Amino acid sequence: MTKRDRPNPDVLLAALQRDEARRQRGRLKVFLGMCAGVGKTYAMLEAARREFAAGRDVVIGYLETHGRKETDALAEGLPALPHLTVEYRGLQLREFDLDAALTRQPKLLLVDEFAHANAPESRHPKRYQDVLELLSAGIDVYTTLNIQHLESRAEAVAQITGVRIQETVPDTALTEAEFELVDLPPDELRARLAAGKVYLPERAATAQDRFFRPGNLAALRELALRFTAEHVGLDVLAERRAQGAGTPWKSGQRLLVAVSASPTSASLVRWTRRLAGELHAPWLAVYVEATRALSEPDQARLARHLSLARELGAEIITTTDDDVVRGILRTAREQNATQIVVGKPAGWRVVELLRGGSVLNRLIHESGPIDVHVVRAEGEKAARPPVRAESFGKLDFRTYAAVAGVVAGVTVLNAVLDRFVGFYALALTYLLGVVVLALFVGRGPVFFAATLSALLWNYFFLPPRFTLFVMNFQDGMMFTMYFVVALVLGQLTARIRAQQTTERQREERATALYLLTRELAESPDLAQLLAVVIQQVGRAFRADVALSLPDETQAAPVTTYFASSWVLTEKEQTVAAWAFQHRQAAGRGTDNLPASEGLHLPLVAGTRATGVLSLRFHDVATLSPAQRDLLDAFIRQIALVFDRERLRDAETQARLLAESERIGTMLLNSVSHELRTPLAAISSVASGLHAAGPLNPAQESLTVELDEATRRLNRLVQNLLDLSRLEAGHLRTNADWHDLRDLLRAAQQNLGRSLDRHEIKVDVPGDLPPVKLDAVLTEQILVNLLGNAAVHTPAGTRIEFQARREAGQLVLQVRDHGPGLPPGDPQRLFDRFQRGQAAVAGGTGIGLSLVKGFAEAQGGSVRAENHAGGGAMFTVKLPWTQLPPVPEEKE
Amino acid sequence: MTEKPLILVIDDEPQIRRLLTVTLEANAYRVLPAVSGQEGLVLAAQHRPALVILDIGLPDLSGQEVLRRLREWSQTPVIVLSVQDDGKGKVAALDAGADDYVTKPFNTDELLARLRVALRRSTKPAEAAVVHVKNLVVDLATRRVTVGGQAVKLSVIEYNLLRLLARHAGKVLTHRQILLEVWGPGHENDTHYLRVYIAHLREKLESNPELPELILTELGVGYRFLATD
Repeated sequence: MTKRDRPNPDVLLAALQRDEARRQRGRLKVFLGMCAGVGKTYAMLEAARREFAAGRDVVIGYLETHGRKETDALAEGLPALPHLTVEYRGLQLREFDLDAALTRQPKLLLVDEFAHANAPESRHPKRYQDVLELLSAGIDVYTTLNIQHLESRAEAVAQITGVRIQETVPDTALTEAEFELVDLPPDELRARLAAGKVYLPERAATAQDRFFRPGNLAALRELALRFTAEHVGLDVLAERRAQGAGTPWKSGQRLLVAVSASPTSASLVRWTRRLAGELHAPWLAVYVEATRALSEPDQARLARHLSLARELGAEIITTTDDDVVRGILRTAREQNATQIVVGKPAGWRVVELLRGGSVLNRLIHESGPIDVHVVRAEGEKAARPPVRAESFGKLDFRTYAAVAGVVAGVTVLNAVLDRFVGFYALALTYLLGVVVLALFVGRGPVFFAATLSALLWNYFFLPPRFTLFVMNFQDGMMFTMYFVVALVLGQLTARIRAQQTTERQREERATALYLLTRELAESPDLAQLLAVVIQQVGRAFRADVALSLPDETQAAPVTTYFASSWVLTEKEQTVAAWAFQHRQAAGRGTDNLPASEGLHLPLVAGTRATGVLSLRFHDVATLSPAQRDLLDAFIRQIALVFDRERLRDAETQARLLAESERIGTMLLNSVSHELRTPLAAISSVASGLHAAGPLNPAQESLTVELDEATRRLNRLVQNLLDLSRLEAGHLRTNADWHDLRDLLRAAQQNLGRSLDRHEIKVDVPGDLPPVKLDAVLTEQILVNLLGNAAVHTPAGTRIEFQARREAGQLVLQVRDHGPGLPPGDPQRLFDRFQRGQAAVAGGTGIGLSLVKGFAEAQGGSVRAENHAGGGAMFTVKLPWTQLPPVPEEKE
Repeated sequence: MTEKPLILVIDDEPQIRRLLTVTLEANAYRVLPAVSGQEGLVLAAQHRPALVILDIGLPDLSGQEVLRRLREWSQTPVIVLSVQDDGKGKVAALDAGADDYVTKPFNTDELLARLRVALRRSTKPAEAAVVHVKNLVVDLATRRVTVGGQAVKLSVIEYNLLRLLARHAGKVLTHRQILLEVWGPGHENDTHYLRVYIAHLREKLESNPELPELILTELGVGYRFLATD
């Protein structure tokens, strides 16, 4: 066996990836308009009609004609999918039926209103996600979109029109889209509006006058035109890159935007995305995590901003530093950012002055060669004041009660001590209490403790007692100093503790990842590996974990691994299967099927998903950015290990296959040797007798018979060995160039005297060029066909052999003039152990099945039929290979 | 009277050894049997046989290995015994320096004929300047080729090919050996060149190109030029 024949894992993998690539994504075409009423749906239908007329399989998935007659008329005649009617709070909602579309599998599907928000409980919250799923199923989609619904332009539109749009589409959903701008001059649009040709939703009707002002329309139109122009530019760039020019980022720029929980961050992110788009530059979003814990709403907002940035195509980096400026600049240098984008602060604060200048000033001074953009950013203004109030406002009464208790205890202790020491010393006892408290509670309670203890000290111990009055200046100074010291000490301690907590959390994360990596590396087999994954993930994230793996067949997507700590319900299984198929996170906290109970993350290595990890968290609704980072790291690690396991399996398989083939070949060789040795002896004896000296006629004919029988037995052995080789799938073809006449002569020689009683007529064109085929297999084909003809026909009849080139194939034909084929389906003759009824002698009936096997092994075919002029005819067709040029030379 | 030529038979099958001994001794040869490749090599070194018959399916050393070790110090002609297979074993043995091969089950007459040719080739002192087979005469000195007295015009490659085959008359040359010799390195696998040129040669030299007698095809292995008698 040659090395080339052995399946190696790389080849298998490459084949898998080719299959993967064959499942092509559908193409998305967006009919883009500056606002409602420009005729996007109409334009989309016109285009669809053209495709339909050209014979494409076009189906309307969802259409919003708003009862306009022209549009309805245009839609007529096009096949349409029925709508899905969803009942929600007594309302009948008409929705696009995604599953129906996926089942129908049209070539081109029309789905109106890309930015539409789906009814609750739908598979995806937004319609654009439905469309993305259609695309990955290989369906082309036409859709419509207004410029104001585009995430990166929403801000600009809001500034122009004063109307804030809720239903936006992330730009990343459109990276593969082709755009057709549906343009209408503002004056005409206003005329259409006046004529009542534009349908407007109820709530927008009031804003109608403001929205459709000529100035607004001109600005929106410019926005739409510019977007389309930019996209054409991007297409060109993508094209150039696809051609292998390897164009680097045009500007060599790398943008970094600082993201925080501040409500203004969202518009900063959008602004940066726009700039990055114009510069064709990659961009990063950085969050600098401080030691101070964020309140829950802040965390949620931050998570939103980061996922917005991720959706818009940014790389997300989280770093920890108490000093925001230092954190940003360190990341910027590490990541080679050339430009930093930060928000313009709303005002300035005293704290900043104390810290050595405002954040902005320091950033500008310390940034060195990096450009800094300061952008005025807009946010949900109303959200600002409560943010600070919240950190104190949301009181944890139990903690405060405990603090009050401790302070009261210290007061009691002081009442006892009061007899022995002066009231200044009592202040120190209080101070001790505050500092100790600071070791256990947060800043708020410490502040509370400091204040309370100061007041109690003043009231109970500072003369005049039982009043809050202070008698002299010294005591007053004492009281103030006590208050400040308690406060500062308490805050400092609390801060150190917070830092420690952050440090510990970070360490825990690192340890968890390290533990996982180590245990994964140490797992001896897959079962152990899976158990480790389930256990480690469950421990690190305090969650129930289920691991789903693809079925052997890969057909039914996933089955849950039995050792999982969470038994998936049928619904959750569907979500896990979806995540596996689409290689996207699904479930809680994601955009895909968010109504489900758990979070389902696909384990993706390269282009393949190797499984799904499902988590149901015990006590948190959403993960903090740091936890999410850790989970991502876990997933990557696990996916990598799974992929390694898979490759190892493939390799083992290939090795086993090679080994079984080697053993098979060895066995065959050995059997072949065993059988042929006695044959060789017999044959040698027969011919030896002949060679030893003159024999009498009777002896002469006996040796001839002996020789003949040996030859036949030898052919039989050859056939049996070939058959077992064919059966075992160990047959390897070895095509080379041959002169067909040589093959025929070899076959005739092999048959020896069996052909003596027949007249053989050979018809091979003199100009037949060398043919490329496997000599051994083809010779056996000829031996069996000619031998078969000789056995099944009366002596003296003619056997005709013909070879010719016909329709890109080499045709070999053996025709006899015997009784013809037995009744029944002639092709059944090629089944094993079928023998012609007229069989005189010989032939186990495997000869013809070998002919078939050998022809098919070479990519050819064989058929049997009765010739019109009598006799049987066997036709073998083998692929024809064009002779490569042979260099000419002068005579 | 010259001494009978000594033939070393290396085969692990006792029956084949006995048979060959009987046949060969009946035809005026002396036989030295060896059971294994190792023993064969030792005996070959001790007795310097005139010819070696070697089974390539030995249990201890592969036929190629025995050939390789033998060829390190000896040019003794070697005839290989092989079972019918896809030809790779034969080709490898021939490329490794074997002079000829016989496929089991073999015909005694055929084996004896091959033996005679191989022995004559090895004992012939110098190459003849003129090869004469049937009605074909190839004058290697003047590069003249005649068939039945008629001069035949050959292209350079055709002549080179013919000369190579004729100089090794009776011996099997593998495709690889011929391609390397005539077309040079880099063309070892261009079998189709060979098929085209052999067809040309047969057309020009054979009395019936459909049934060639001078240039014989060894299917899947190479070509053999008819031995000069």
